[in-house]
Amino acid sequence: MTQMYSQNSGEPEKGLLIAPGARAKPVMQATGLVKRYGQVTALDGTDFELLEGEILAVIGDNGAGKSSLIKALSGATIPDEGQIMLDGQPIHFRSPMDARKHGIETVYQDLAVAPAMSIAENLFLGREILKPGALNRLFRIVDKKKMLEEATRHMQDLKIGIRSMKQAVETLSGGQRQGVAVARSAAFAQHVVILDEPTAALGVKEGNMVLELIKRVRDRGLPVILISHNMPHVFQIADRIHIQRLGRRAAVVNPKNISMSDTVAIMTGAMRPDELGPGMLA
Amino acid sequence: MTTQSPPTPPLERKNLLSRLPNSSVLGPLVALFVAILFFSTQSPNFFTASNFSLILQQVMVVGVLAIGQTLIILTAGIDLSNGVIMALGQMVMAKLAVEAGLPPLLTIFLGLTVATLCGLVNGILVTRVRLPPFIVTLGMYNIVLALVQIYSKGQSVNSLPPALTFFGQFFSFSNANILYGVVLMVLLYAVVSYMLSSSAPGRHLYAVGNNPEAARLTGIPTQRVLLWVYTLAGFIYGIAALLLLGRVGSGSATAGQTENLDSITAVVIGGISLFGGRGVLWGSLIGAVIVGVFRSGLTQMGLPSEAQTLITGVLVILAVAVDQWSRRKA
Repeated sequence: MTQMYSQNSGEPEKGLLIAPGARAKPVMQATGLVKRYGQVTALDGTDFELLEGEILAVIGDNGAGKSSLIKALSGATIPDEGQIMLDGQPIHFRSPMDARKHGIETVYQDLAVAPAMSIAENLFLGREILKPGALNRLFRIVDKKKMLEEATRHMQDLKIGIRSMKQAVETLSGGQRQGVAVARSAAFAQHVVILDEPTAALGVKEGNMVLELIKRVRDRGLPVILISHNMPHVFQIADRIHIQRLGRRAAVVNPKNISMSDTVAIMTGAMRPDELGPGMLA
Repeated sequence: MTTQSPPTPPLERKNLLSRLPNSSVLGPLVALFVAILFFSTQSPNFFTASNFSLILQQVMVVGVLAIGQTLIILTAGIDLSNGVIMALGQMVMAKLAVEAGLPPLLTIFLGLTVATLCGLVNGILVTRVRLPPFIVTLGMYNIVLALVQIYSKGQSVNSLPPALTFFGQFFSFSNANILYGVVLMVLLYAVVSYMLSSSAPGRHLYAVGNNPEAARLTGIPTQRVLLWVYTLAGFIYGIAALLLLGRVGSGSATAGQTENLDSITAVVIGGISLFGGRGVLWGSLIGAVIVGVFRSGLTQMGLPSEAQTLITGVLVILAVAVDQWSRRKA
């Protein structure tokens, strides 16, 4: 995997795992999702489709229903209408925990780490490895050594250069913290990783570091849903772009064949999807 | 293949202190040794085994209360009701044994139960009714204080059966008299410390105090953790009640009215952050002992008790100031 990636590291390679012409299998789908908050309709019958081995960016103006869509997919809210399918099976999430049990991991914008605790502890927070033995299980004694080893191995796999997993997360830079959060999701996700604005608060260098990390997660075979406001970042790593507008999916475009300005035009309603040229839709 | 090498972590040495897992007890420990050294030069009777065993006896009750207080402060809460919960517990134990003639072991159990239930009420009010811990335990302080006075009618309970004062008895070790209660206190510190640092629930407690939202999102049942913490703290106050009976030798109608602040003092001097999630339980014992050492040393130097109280106040402010200063530097 690593080798395959390194051959392509020079240019922004896209759709790595999708053979040309062949249609990749959908991992997660949604149809006709509706979510109302009182008078406000946040989702107005939106559709959604995430394919195997891809980075799908979700973009949209404020109020387009982007975060409502992601909340529905990650179990944080329950849609009023519509259907969500995971691997072709209809599914109903009642809580984020529910979604996690189905292998969907979400990295929230505010990172959700415990800053005073170590990296290893944060990676395994809420899912600690317990020591074997009946007594240890009864008192739920954690296996610190094993968690430390696993954390070190996992972070090395993802090439996150942090020296000691015993370091408190608060001693890390913003990008490294994001790295820890993404690594945690990648470690436990069986199906889907959802990243909410992972590069929002980062400088250029650290932002790129996180983008590389997201590609590595995808290359390990986990499809990624990336919510971002940052168009250059979206175009740098997305395989397809889901454009959310007025509570619906306006279009799914192929970043290889469409310009950034056309994408923004659809997002803002300045252009209709049917005005796009051939090959621009994905 | 990584084109972007991540920023190099800061130099090892600079970070050494902050990486030591127990660094928060380092400051209090140094302070304790300095205080002991100082008082040893001031009074010939200070640095003796008998004096230290005396200090530990005096610290015992607040030390155990401080365990429960620590658990709650680690979750970014506070408990103003622990002293009076202890007072209610010991009154139940004493009165039921002496006046109702129930077997002492049963009254101990009932006293522990009452204290645990008080903790549970605190926990329910914090987690279900979602009131701030300060308000909940301030209210409970007054309620339980009134209950103690109503129940005891202002009378202390004397001639306790020996089982109730067991922890006030001692065994001799060279010329030091060591109370069983002190042994129990140290044992409690050891067990709770181990569970805090090495069990999943213990780590969850820290996470809840450090970043409750993150803890929730990682699937930790934060409200259940809190409920358990307040309930367990109540149980620990029940144990403190038993130690208090041993130390005082009677059921006291006026006990427990200032121990809440004394226990907070011990926790704070012990380097535990009032904002939650930072600090080590052993720090609270060191904090309690520091207060005891100052009281003992200042007494032997002939200073009045007002001076001791004054210096305790200075210690608290100093401890928090040093703590914040070191954190800002880190």
